Amino acid sequence: MEALATGHLFALTGAVLVGLGLFGFITLRHALRQLLAVNVSGAGVFLMLGGLGRGAATTDPFPQALVITGIVVAVALTAFGAALILRQAEEDHAAKEDDERGGKT
Amino acid sequence: MSPLDLLVVAPLVFMVLSLLAGGWQRSLLALAIATMAALSVWLMTLDPGTAHVVGGWELPLGVLLRADGLAQMLVPAVTLTAGLTGLYALHQFAPESHASNAQTAAFWPLYYLMWSAANAAFLTTDLFNLYVTLEMASIAAVAMAAMGSVRAALRYLLIALLGSIFYLLGVALILSRYGTVDVTLLAGMAEADFATALALALMTGGLLVKAALFPLHGWLPPAHAAAPAPASALLSGLVVKIGFVITVRLWFEGLAAAATPAGLHVLGGIGALAILFGSLQAIRQESLKALVAYSTVAQIGYLFLAFPLIAGAGHAWAGLSFHAVAHMIAKAAMFLAAGLMLKAAAGPRIADLAGLARAMPLTVTAFGLAAVSLMGLPPSGGFSAKFLLVDAALRQGQAIHAAVMLIGGLLAAVYLFRPLAVAFSGSETPVVPPKAPSMVAAPLALALAALLLGFAGGPLADLATGGAPATVAPEPLPALEDTVETASEDEQ
Repeated sequence: MEALATGHLFALTGAVLVGLGLFGFITLRHALRQLLAVNVSGAGVFLMLGGLGRGAATTDPFPQALVITGIVVAVALTAFGAALILRQAEEDHAAKEDDERGGKT
Repeated sequence: MSPLDLLVVAPLVFMVLSLLAGGWQRSLLALAIATMAALSVWLMTLDPGTAHVVGGWELPLGVLLRADGLAQMLVPAVTLTAGLTGLYALHQFAPESHASNAQTAAFWPLYYLMWSAANAAFLTTDLFNLYVTLEMASIAAVAMAAMGSVRAALRYLLIALLGSIFYLLGVALILSRYGTVDVTLLAGMAEADFATALALALMTGGLLVKAALFPLHGWLPPAHAAAPAPASALLSGLVVKIGFVITVRLWFEGLAAAATPAGLHVLGGIGALAILFGSLQAIRQESLKALVAYSTVAQIGYLFLAFPLIAGAGHAWAGLSFHAVAHMIAKAAMFLAAGLMLKAAAGPRIADLAGLARAMPLTVTAFGLAAVSLMGLPPSGGFSAKFLLVDAALRQGQAIHAAVMLIGGLLAAVYLFRPLAVAFSGSETPVVPPKAPSMVAAPLALALAALLLGFAGGPLADLATGGAPATVAPEPLPALEDTVETASEDEQ
């Protein structure tokens, strides 16, 4: 009974995280915050997946293997997204400087 | 070794080699095209349903690769499209070209990564492995889109990530309900209960974002229109098909038990709206590449409009497979031709194309031939696909579906004739710098292939239905070859 309740705890916490991330993705406008919101949702999904393999005595490694793979993919995409956001910020900055210089001369 | 895993691994090997190749990209591409073409031919000769477990790990733990009819059509089409697009890109992203060095260095690894992701997505039946391939494709696609516009690429990445979360949530539900994520195993286990229906809805929602089905298409036109021409060709041809093929595998094989007729009709209805909306937007566009990008939104609609028709009479499954292949090849041809035309034109607008038909007749011909297939005029791959779909709709009494497809063809004619009419207008012949022969030949060869597909209708339809899931193809295809051929002769 206790094991069942703990299992539910993982799934419910995961669901709350997914909801929180979605809420953040919709309400936040800055790309970096949206990227972090997606990561919060992703953590929720991984928590659900990880909780699946949890048994009373033994742990099923299959869902855990999926979670590890998923985390690797998520880290790679987050790093890539952060690099893109940085590039965008550089471009915006350069465009702003051009504007200011153009205004003075 | 089996061609199934080689088709996935070989492009990854080429990806690594392309990082080391330096000035040898040309030789590497030639080697890649030869290898992939040989593997594709090998794949087509396999019996439909041939499967291979990667690394010898048995199901349900292992990853299954399988050659069904859909994969046997799409993988060779990817080889053709990616190979010819690569030949075109060789001049745009060559070490000695004028493109910036960073782009030259980045394009080729991304190109091979996308090739591998597309093959893996069409061959594998493991839902979690499909998640990984979706993300491989996303990285390659977003990075290619960023070569055109960082802003559009960032929007694309964020929306694609959100789609992945929905998809993965569905996969988690399926795993907890059935203890496996393999489509072939799920096909025998799935039941029509709430958890399965919810998982199907979540995964479909995520995949529709990736497939850019209206109204989730918002990221596509800016990303596809801004990217360099070879990248646009791959994005519109290959990447949107990945989300579509996974949706097909879920609805007609893995979770077919939970795929209610109402759900199929909802997808079909959205597809119909996508055709009308995408076509009307394409008509309104002033820039040539935005027009071609909105045409993709419309053509994706046909793929989903076919969903409610598949279980009924007629050959909607063959039509669907055909349309996926014909659109892939024709749209790649059109983006490559548009890229060449825009390089020669004074500006990005359609009005700037005046006189180009005299200056670059072969390229405008390629654009026109691709347009013939996209409009669905006989004899072309697009015609065979739409003929099969309209025929199935009429046989099932779905007059509205048939009408939408015919109106979509008409609207396609409206938006595609406009750039052609401008290209043939004007009294002056603009001076166009000479282009490398392979750059002119690539779109022309792709457009001709899209046209020739129309003549291979019968055998290809047989191939598509060969490994079709049990929910499809209630009847064999005896009279198909005759009907398609007589129809195209009538029109001629």
